[in-house]
Amino acid sequence: MNFKLAWRNIWRNKKRTWITASSIGFAVFFACVMQSMQLGSYERMIDNSVRFLTGHLGVHQLDYWDEKILDNSFPEETLTELNLGHESIIMGVPRITSFALASYGDKTKGALITGVDLSLEAQFSYLENKLREGVYHTDNGALIGAGLSEYLKLGVGDTLVLLSQGYHGVNAVGKYPVAGVLKFPVPDLDQSAVYLPLGIAQTFFGAEGMITSYSVLLDDPDATEQVQSQLIGDSDVYEAMTWKEMMPDLVQGIELDYYGGLVMVYVLYGVIGFGIFGTFLMMTKERTYEFGILNSIGMKKSRIQRMVAIEILLLSFLGVALGLIAASPIVVYFWANPILLTGETAAAMEKFGYEPIMPFALDPQVFYDQGISILLIALFLGVYPMLAIQQLKIIKALKE
Amino acid sequence: MSVIEAKSVSKIYNPDTIPVHAINDVSLTIEEGEFTAIVGPSGCGKTTLLNMIGGLDSVSEGHISVSGVNIADLNEAALTDFRLKNIGFVFQSYNLIPVLTAKENVEFVMLLQQSHQSAMDERADELLTKMGIKEVSQRRPAELSGGQQQRVAVARALASKPKFILADEPTANLDSHSTESLLDIMAKMNEEEKATFIFSTHDQRVIDKARRIITLEDGRIVSDEKK
Ligand SMILES: Nc1ncnc2c1ncn2[C@@H]1O[C@H](COP(=O)(O)OP(=O)(O)OP(=O)(O)O)[C@@H](O)[C@H]1O
Ligand SMILES: [Mg+2]
Repeated sequence: MNFKLAWRNIWRNKKRTWITASSIGFAVFFACVMQSMQLGSYERMIDNSVRFLTGHLGVHQLDYWDEKILDNSFPEETLTELNLGHESIIMGVPRITSFALASYGDKTKGALITGVDLSLEAQFSYLENKLREGVYHTDNGALIGAGLSEYLKLGVGDTLVLLSQGYHGVNAVGKYPVAGVLKFPVPDLDQSAVYLPLGIAQTFFGAEGMITSYSVLLDDPDATEQVQSQLIGDSDVYEAMTWKEMMPDLVQGIELDYYGGLVMVYVLYGVIGFGIFGTFLMMTKERTYEFGILNSIGMKKSRIQRMVAIEILLLSFLGVALGLIAASPIVVYFWANPILLTGETAAAMEKFGYEPIMPFALDPQVFYDQGISILLIALFLGVYPMLAIQQLKIIKALKE
Repeated sequence: MSVIEAKSVSKIYNPDTIPVHAINDVSLTIEEGEFTAIVGPSGCGKTTLLNMIGGLDSVSEGHISVSGVNIADLNEAALTDFRLKNIGFVFQSYNLIPVLTAKENVEFVMLLQQSHQSAMDERADELLTKMGIKEVSQRRPAELSGGQQQRVAVARALASKPKFILADEPTANLDSHSTESLLDIMAKMNEEEKATFIFSTHDQRVIDKARRIITLEDGRIVSDEKK
């Protein structure tokens, strides 16, 4: 009976019902879209960084992370000792990294030398996509950052001279024809990156068969810790670090931004909360006479409250459902087709090393969290009509 | 035993600011089966008196007992329940539940008393037939004329066979034809259902139909005549 009355009551004033439901729905919609966008940008940032820098997991010789020198590298062939069978592991890439002086003509500059398996790297970090000039696949040439190329006035076909200290202090000297020029969004990298085929780099550093890191990519980032615990068994030669451990700055940046976003969401909750409260207030006011009649003919206040509570519950569910239904196609669409930014925004983002796109995350948790939060807010505000009914004075109500 | 006994009842509104003596020292007894009109000029205290008798408002002084129960002794929830079981209400206007059909409105008070569906059905049909509005029983209040709405209201008030029915100016919003027929129906119910009616009115035609007329002036009973 309460349900029947409540159901009919909410359809009695269709306009008010739609206003209330749509303000609740709008909150859910907006919060879902906003959060999906936020999480999407994190996912993208993490994905970029993980692919380019560390992998979800990085395997190193035990001392390497504290002292990133060639002496703390390890033989690539010992990778067979790792448990690479976990189903989440998509692939891994060996890398050897160290610094060198790069010179051409009368110019010299510090450079970050990375020896990579070019074919694997093309899939892992999409390095090939950064190529602006020349060719990517090279047997003995170098791929250099565009900034470095400009500084040294060195182009495709010219010969780059590298000078460094190699494995266990040997002298490392080499000459490499420039096969291609890569364009990196991050200026630091653009002005210092030199990529060599893995074998060439190992020879240059006098570190045959050695690598400084083996980076592993997972299909499910949430499995990182689980894979980490299995990856190296109980080796006392290697360690496997997670991307969070290797990039604390990124984690912190994301956290900071996340809390910033949360503040936005709370502001939204506040604004919407007032809206919802307004409609509840209006509803209570408008129906005071009716409540008075019901109470006078013998409907206990508790029962009137139950009826109104069901109405509020129905309304809130309706609103949340509307919001979720409206948000899901949009989020799915932009998840599948990230927004491409153009103009100044795009330029600014590229300058800071981000791709100029706005990706969305598709995470059911977002929908669930926002749906529940706003439902709870609506239900909390529903306490007001309950109190108003509790305080109802029949005589006053009948005069409304 | 009398249905209603009011002893030296007074009502003072706003006793702390500008006191309004709406009812002054009113005593009266209503017996079962009465068909009584409370009359008097606007502001004389008719509504106030009916509200106190119906347990909708408290008395300032004196006391009112209904079927031997002093209603001032009941707490709010118990009083609501007491109204449900003992008193039928008809108000001046719009007092049906807008989202329920005429029949559902009549069943409503029985429903609150947890009557059986079959009993409710039977009683509602019976009353709606007696009221001559059986054919509109599936309509909602908005689809009924004022006169029809008031008949539904009377049917609802009668549904659970209360001790008495209070009607505060039940015909104030009705035209003369509807007024006449509503009164005839109330009189008929008074006969057939042995229902006790107490109603307030300004309307001379309504007053003419009453069998007892209590006249109020400035919150006091100035005459009480039985026909
Ligand atoms: N809540 C209130 N606060 C203060 N004074 C009130 C209140 N309700 C009624 N009164 C006063 O009490 C007196 C009696 O009012 P009441 O409504 O009982 O009169 P009535 O006979 O029903 O009048 P009417 O025929 O116009 O309906 C009036 O003077 C009125 O102004
Ligand atoms: Mg009145």
